[in-house]
Amino acid sequence: MGELAADKHVKYILAVEKRKDSFESAVLEHLRMNGAYWGLTTLDLLGKRDVVDSNEIIEWILKCQHESGGFAGNIGHDPHILYTLSAIQVLALFDKLNVLDVDKVSTYIAGLQNEDGSFSGDIWGEVDTRFSYIAICGLSILKCLDKINVERAVNYIISCRNVDGGFGCTPGGESHAGQIFCCVAALAITGALHYVDKDLLGWWLCERQVKSGGLNGRPEKLPDVCYSWWVLSSLTMIDRVHWISKEKLIKFILNCQDTENGGISDRPDDAVDIFHTYFGVAGLSLLEYPGVKPIDPAYALPVDVIDRIFFSK
Amino acid sequence: MNWEDDEEKLPPSQRPEWSDVSPLPQDDGPNPVVPIAYKPEFAETMDYFRAIYRADERSPRALQLTHQAILLNPGNYTVWHFRRLILETLNKDLHQELDYVSRIAEKNSKNYQIWHHRLWVAEKLGLDAADRELKFTEKILSGDAKNYHAWSHRQWVLQSLGGWDDELEYCRQLLEEDIFNNSAWNQRYFVIMKSPLLGGLQAMRESEVKYTVAAILANPENESPWRYLRGLYKDDPKSWIHDPQVSTVCLKLLSSGGTTNHVFALSTVLDLLSHGFQPSQELREAVEALNFTGSRPDSQESIGLGNVVCSVLEHADAMRVNYWRWRKSQLTM
Repeated sequence: MGELAADKHVKYILAVEKRKDSFESAVLEHLRMNGAYWGLTTLDLLGKRDVVDSNEIIEWILKCQHESGGFAGNIGHDPHILYTLSAIQVLALFDKLNVLDVDKVSTYIAGLQNEDGSFSGDIWGEVDTRFSYIAICGLSILKCLDKINVERAVNYIISCRNVDGGFGCTPGGESHAGQIFCCVAALAITGALHYVDKDLLGWWLCERQVKSGGLNGRPEKLPDVCYSWWVLSSLTMIDRVHWISKEKLIKFILNCQDTENGGISDRPDDAVDIFHTYFGVAGLSLLEYPGVKPIDPAYALPVDVIDRIFFSK
Repeated sequence: MNWEDDEEKLPPSQRPEWSDVSPLPQDDGPNPVVPIAYKPEFAETMDYFRAIYRADERSPRALQLTHQAILLNPGNYTVWHFRRLILETLNKDLHQELDYVSRIAEKNSKNYQIWHHRLWVAEKLGLDAADRELKFTEKILSGDAKNYHAWSHRQWVLQSLGGWDDELEYCRQLLEEDIFNNSAWNQRYFVIMKSPLLGGLQAMRESEVKYTVAAILANPENESPWRYLRGLYKDDPKSWIHDPQVSTVCLKLLSSGGTTNHVFALSTVLDLLSHGFQPSQELREAVEALNFTGSRPDSQESIGLGNVVCSVLEHADAMRVNYWRWRKSQLTM
């Protein structure tokens, strides 16, 4: 309860990025690119983008790029659409998209679209609406959406829409807040939100709020701070965020903080991690918590970053 | 492939078959942004993996090394990629590979890499794998009946490889174990809609409504069967408002008093009204009896009843007061 321990979270993030002796870091080294996005976006939302050396980070990012144009999770790993988006997003944070060979990256992403409009994660062919979002978000930031078949991409997403108004990972897949975020954001970016039944989905989403004030991802599951992002951003994109109790959710997120050592966990009293720290702060941003910069619900980047990309020059 | 326990524990540097290889340490660059230190055993296995990967050595010992690396860190997708390349090159028996994945999956059932690897193997084996894949997902679901990956994989198996015969029964079983399992309800809907053996939604509707109503009566606070019930009438609001089973279950619950959770029954009544349902006097009275809010309907019209329903819900489901207020505002339209 109480307040956002912003300074502690900043310290926590910086410590994790520098940690030399952690086994946890070792097992997560293959997704370091995601970790960089979560950590750096959180720092930015807390007004601390400048406490890191962006040049070092950018240098490392470029080393993660492959001949194919895709980015890997870390040096020495294979490219994947997941890390390609995180790379684009981090470069966007630092206003350094110009270091990219845009044609190369966008060709890599576009090459992952399948006949039915869906997207694979990489050459091995895993299909999931998460990848539809990633492709659309990434290409939109790079202003290369025309490299894919947008109509087919949208049709595939719609084929994953369920009778409860939600979306799953593939056609017929159970509605899940994470997948819903991906589909709604992709439809928002491509100007296709009219395919969403906002009233029906809005109700499904606001039903995610449980007694404790936290949000779950599916009926009868436990609340988790990460749904503060996925449910909330979805509600924001369809203009229904007032359907949940904002005060109760804020209380829940703040209760998930480790106010001693910094960081946020999935639910109160559990161990913290960067992933949940990002989603907790991003959720607070959507809830307009003081001291947190506004975040764009579709691109998952600070609004001033998105404004700079789309509305300047 | 052999994976006796003591073999697994010996790091590569202590095994004669690796004596010709120079391990490659993690390249974090001159001033690493994110330098990390590792447990010695982990570090060593990964150093040898990097060497083999860099050399693109697709040998039996390389396969064994990916096995060790995966045991240490099953999330490392690059190791899985390389394993697939080796399996292809060596033309390994993929049934054995399924054995391998089954073993790893036990402790890592929420790992995306494992599930995709499984799908990749099963796809190559084709129809032969159907039975085994259904059993495998069943095993995982017996430990966590809501595992999203398992359900997703199971749906892929049914649609790509078949095996629909017992699926409805499987859903019934899982719902008997936990009537609140939303994944099982979703799967039930999937079977009704897509099974080539059942005749489709229209044919199944009556029996499914019976089944769902029974579930609702047992646990009226259970969100899933209410949504399932509504889903049985997708694109057919006329049938929805005219099926007596639907209004009857609402009436039963709303008349029962006590501490029954009325929220979904009330929201269902609201949905019926918004589609032109004509409420009986009994239903009106049952709703009115819950109205402690002081607001009175200004007429006998359905809009009046809808107003009362919303007023009750604003209190009974106070967390979502803004939603119910909005619903009320829509009633005049």
